[in-house]
Amino acid sequence: MVAALQTRAGVMLLAVIILLLPLVLPSPFYFRIATLVFIFALAVLGLNLLMGFAGQVSLGHAGFFGIGAYAVAVGPTHWGIPSWAALILGAVAAGLLAFLVGRPILRLRGHYLAVATLGMGLLIAMVLTNEAQLTGGPDGMPVPRLDLFGWRVRGAMPWYWVSGVTLAIAAWLAANLLDSPTGRALRAIHDSETAASVLGIDLARYKLTAFVLSAVYGAIAGAYLALFDGLVTPATAGFLRSIEFVSMAVLGGLGSILGSVVGATLLVVLPQALTVFHDYEHIVLGLIMIVFMVFLRAGIVPSLAALAVRRKP
Amino acid sequence: MSAFSVEDVSIAFGGLKALQNISFAVEPGEIFAIIGPNGAGKTTLFNVVSGLYRPTQGRFFVNGADVTGLPPHALAARGLSRTFQNLQVFTRMSAIDNIMVGRHLHERHGVLPHLFALPAVRRQNRATRAKAMELLALVGMMDFAERQADGLAYGQLKRLEIARALATEPKVLLLDEPAAGCNAVETRDIDNVIQKVAASGVSVVLVEHDMRLVMKISHRIHVLDGGRTLAEGTSDAIRNDPAVIAAYLGGAVRGGDAHASG
Ligand SMILES: Nc1ncnc2c1ncn2[C@@H]1O[C@H](COP(=O)(O)OP(=O)(O)OP(=O)(O)O)[C@@H](O)[C@H]1O
Ligand SMILES: [Mg+2]
Repeated sequence: MVAALQTRAGVMLLAVIILLLPLVLPSPFYFRIATLVFIFALAVLGLNLLMGFAGQVSLGHAGFFGIGAYAVAVGPTHWGIPSWAALILGAVAAGLLAFLVGRPILRLRGHYLAVATLGMGLLIAMVLTNEAQLTGGPDGMPVPRLDLFGWRVRGAMPWYWVSGVTLAIAAWLAANLLDSPTGRALRAIHDSETAASVLGIDLARYKLTAFVLSAVYGAIAGAYLALFDGLVTPATAGFLRSIEFVSMAVLGGLGSILGSVVGATLLVVLPQALTVFHDYEHIVLGLIMIVFMVFLRAGIVPSLAALAVRRKP
Repeated sequence: MSAFSVEDVSIAFGGLKALQNISFAVEPGEIFAIIGPNGAGKTTLFNVVSGLYRPTQGRFFVNGADVTGLPPHALAARGLSRTFQNLQVFTRMSAIDNIMVGRHLHERHGVLPHLFALPAVRRQNRATRAKAMELLALVGMMDFAERQADGLAYGQLKRLEIARALATEPKVLLLDEPAAGCNAVETRDIDNVIQKVAASGVSVVLVEHDMRLVMKISHRIHVLDGGRTLAEGTSDAIRNDPAVIAAYLGGAVRGGDAHASG
C-alpha cells in the first residue's frame, strides 16, 4: 500500500512536471531536449518493467526500439501504410518477436540471459542493416512526418505534447500494473523465484509478460524518435543504444518509475551540457556516472527517497 | 483416501542417496511430523514433493491424483504449499505484500485489466489485502504490515512464511522447521496456528527439531535417518522405539528437549 501510494505520487508528480515545464522552457531547443528525454524515458520505463520489477536483464532492448523506428520509416515509404498504423504495427511486431524469442531465452538467468538478449539485439540490428533495399542499409533512411488525420505533427512543440502525454500514460499504466497481481508476481520473482513458484506463480509466463510489455514500450519510443528526427539509421537499434537504456534504468533507479525519467534526463541532458569540455566530454560523463553509482547505489530516485525517509524524525 | 501420499520415493545427488524408498500417507486434518538428525533428508523430501527436485524414483499423490513431475506452480494449484527452512521471503516487499503474493492462485489474471486498473481489479486488490491482513493477525504480526521484510526479525519472518503459505489455502501444508530460531512465546504461537490449521482439515507435514513441540502436537511421526525410514508411529511409539533412540543417541527424543543433534 505504502509503496503503491509512493509510486502513484511519483506518476502525479511526473504529470505535473510535464504540464508545467513549458512555462519555463525558454526556446524550441529546450522543447527538443525535453521531447528526447520523454522518448528515452518511455523506452527506459519499459526496460524497467523487465529489469526493475521482474529482475531480468536485457542488453538487446534497442532491437525493439529499432523495430518501432523502422516500422514508421519503411511502412509509409514502401507500403503506403499511414504512420500511425505503422507505429501500431511496429509495436505489435516487437511484442510478437519478444513473445517468440522470450520463450526460450527467459529460461536463462543472469549473465547467460544478458548474453542471449545481447545476441538478439545484434541480430535485429544486422537484419535492419542488411535489408538495404527496404531500410537504406548503413546510411539509414528518411522518415515521413506523422500525419494524424490532417494534423501534421512536426516541430518541437507538438512533439513535446505527444511524447509527454504518452509518457504520462505509460507511467500510469506501469503504476497500475505494479499494484496488481501481475506486478506482485513480477516483484516476487525478482526476490525469490523458488518462493514465487511454490506459491503458484508460473515463472515463465510472468517473465514473458514483462518481456513483451517492455518490447512494446521500446518499439513505441523508437517510432516516436524516428518520427521526431525524420531519420533512422542502424545506430537507432545498435548495441550502444541498448547499453544507454540499461545505464539510464540503473542510474535512475531500478524498479522506480520516476527513476526511469530521471535516468533518461541525466543521460540526455548531460552530454548536451558537457559539450563545454570538448574532447574531455566523455571522460567527465563517465566520471559523473561512476560517482552517482558509488554514492547512490540503489539508483538516484530510490537512494534519495531512502535518505529522505531516514532524515525524518 | 489420503490427502497426501508418497510412494517409494528416492533421489540421489551424484553418489549420495539422499532419500531411499520413502513412503507415507497423511490424512486430512492430520499433523504428521517428519524428524531425523541433520542431513537425514527432510528438506530434500520437501524439495521433491514441492516440485523443486525430480525424484529418481517413486510417485506422490494429492487426494489420490498422481502429481509427480508437475512444476512447483502447478503443485501449488493442486493444494500443496510450503515454508522454507532457510527462509525464502520477498525481502524488498512489505510484510503484507508478501502475503498478498500468496493469494495469487485465488486472483483473476489478465494483464490488460491490470494495466488499466479496472474497478474489478481494484476490488480484488482490496479483498486480497483484507485476507492478507487476517493472516497477519493470525500469526500476530498485524503491527508490521507495512514493514519491509528485510527489516523484520528472524522469528517474524518464520511466521510471515507460514502466513504466506496459508494464503494459498492449501490442502497440504509443508512446514520446514517453523519454530527454528523462535523464542518460547513465538513457538507457542506457531504451535497454536498449526493446530488451528489442522483442525480446519488441512494436512500438516511438520519438519521440526524442537521435540517438545513435535511430541505435543503430532498425530504421527515419521523418522528419517541417512535418507531411509527408521520408524513411523504415534509419539509414544516413537519415543520408545529402540532404533530411534539409538539414532538420537538416546537424549533428545526421550528428554523432549530442544535439538535432536547439531
Ligand atoms: N541440491 C543438493 N545437491 C547435493 N546434495 C544435496 C542437495 N540437497 C541436499 N543434499 C544432501 O542431501 C542430504 C540431506 O540433506 P537435507 O537438507 O535434506 O537434510 P535435512 O534432513 O533437512 O537436515 P537439517 O536437519 O540439517 O535441515 C545432505 O547430505 C545434503 O548435503
Ligand atoms: Mg532441512
